[in-house]
Amino acid sequence: MSPDMLFSLLSKSLLQTLQMVAIAGLLGSLVGLPIGVFLATSGKGELFPAPVSNRVIGAIVNAARSTPFIILVVAIIPFTRLVTGTSIGTNAAIVPLTIATIPFFARLVEAAIREIDKGLIEAARAMGATPLQIVFKVLLAEAKPGITLGFTMTIVSLIGYSAMVGAVGGGGLGDLGIRYGYQRFMPEVMLAVVVVLIVLVQLVQSAGDALARRFDKRNRKT
Amino acid sequence: MNPTNQTVQQAQAGSLSAPPEPLPNAAPPMVSFEAVTKRFGTDDENQFTALDGVDLSVARGAITGIIGRSGAGKSTLIRLVNGLEKATSGRVVVDGIEVGGLSETGLRDLRRQVGMIFQHFNLLSSRTAFENVALPLEIAGLDGKSIRDKVTPLLDLVGLGDKSKRYPAELSGGQKQRVGIARALATSPKLLLSDEATSALDPETTQSILDLLKRINAELGLTVLLITHEMEVVKTIASDVAVIDRGKIVEAGRTFDVFTGAKHETTRSLLSAALGTKLPEWVGSKLKPQPSIGDRVLVRLIFFGSTAFQPLTGRLVAELGADVNILAGSIEEIAGEPYGSLVVAYPADPAVLERANRFYTATGLQTEVLGYVA
Repeated sequence: MSPDMLFSLLSKSLLQTLQMVAIAGLLGSLVGLPIGVFLATSGKGELFPAPVSNRVIGAIVNAARSTPFIILVVAIIPFTRLVTGTSIGTNAAIVPLTIATIPFFARLVEAAIREIDKGLIEAARAMGATPLQIVFKVLLAEAKPGITLGFTMTIVSLIGYSAMVGAVGGGGLGDLGIRYGYQRFMPEVMLAVVVVLIVLVQLVQSAGDALARRFDKRNRKT
Repeated sequence: MNPTNQTVQQAQAGSLSAPPEPLPNAAPPMVSFEAVTKRFGTDDENQFTALDGVDLSVARGAITGIIGRSGAGKSTLIRLVNGLEKATSGRVVVDGIEVGGLSETGLRDLRRQVGMIFQHFNLLSSRTAFENVALPLEIAGLDGKSIRDKVTPLLDLVGLGDKSKRYPAELSGGQKQRVGIARALATSPKLLLSDEATSALDPETTQSILDLLKRINAELGLTVLLITHEMEVVKTIASDVAVIDRGKIVEAGRTFDVFTGAKHETTRSLLSAALGTKLPEWVGSKLKPQPSIGDRVLVRLIFFGSTAFQPLTGRLVAELGADVNILAGSIEEIAGEPYGSLVVAYPADPAVLERANRFYTATGLQTEVLGYVA
């Protein structure tokens, strides 16, 4: 394969990957964030006690997370068609990616919030804060570094998931690697795809780490 | 304790400059607990009674200390005041309002009038000192300018005017507690609750925080209710004290009276550490309840009120005509008044004892016979 052709294939696939990861990452996190907050605050004796809903939503989240992604992609095809009008292509692939992101990110948000010292919640209650004020002014503010790292991890995982949506014609880097590198015996394409993916993941991770460090004021030197 | 302990209380009426008494019924108490009981757990097996029929009132404008060992129920007691915990039975009344009868909204209004500081400061790590102090004001819905007008003088008051842009991680323990105090004062409360506020601090920092609390109490006329397991804290700043043990108030009153006339075993044991009145191990282990011939008697002399200022020890030696040795002793300040304790030993000879008793009667010295040593 000529270098020009390889470059054009790579750049097209990279754009598809970026498009899928960005849209699914943003939409999924937007929905996952409140679910994570709910999971972290609705236990017995917590801010919004609703133990039954907490358990039900927790179970759904667990179910979604334990379903293999490739099965999820196929299983929700009717829903995907309802949303995008088609079940194949990059746009169609964004739907299962978004659905998979929601529970993943929700659990990470929950964990980040549970890390916060209970004393801070008590202090805010003692100031006369409403539960919503506690969520916005205390929990989300204090969990920002943890949530940022969780978002980074979500994006990295999404890059991995996006390789599987070639199954429904989603395109992307993973699809390129399988079709050219594996099925057409072109190891140089496979290598190029892997290198681009490594660089991409490195960039995302470094940016996320840097951002989280900026938000984290806990280890500042005097 | 030793069963043969006898306390020789001498009449001291008239010879004492009495501590200033509050005017009776001058104002209703800031906080009153009426037969308050708090149980945790629902079923019988796991049920735990944290507070058991507590009656207590906290005087307006005073610094009241509640002292007890860990697990005695102090934390629960203080959390009933701002409704962080609810009483199982009984009434908690804060400035005329019964806390148990308040709705969530009413409770939030009350909490904005009651500041609270904590053992581990509970500052938001993501906010600067300034922003931490601003938090209760943001919660109360004040605008940016009103918040600035309020926070800046508060940081100056606690001596952190130059640290307003620092994050908690950049501050020392004492500075963090100062931020905590400024935050607690932000909404101009009438009552400040202190939950072991100095327990995580070193002695020197503890002293500076206590001085700050004392100053705030005096300057702002703020009522302070503090819980602690350190007698030192109560001794230094509390004008009134209540001793709590296993969910019950076992002793309460003016700090000086409770400390100098401690009746309950818990009070005594908490006190002995703080007042340096614990006997050295080598003496305590040899102590006998009854004298045999040639033994020496161990007597604790307690100086307070007028006796604290007289050169009594020198005179005692002269009066007894026997050798007196000093085994332990300390001079402390309790709620601003001097209190000395001296353990001396002299021959348990009838003639010497007779002269000693005459001397104690004449001077009004309070004494306690601890036992005898060979």
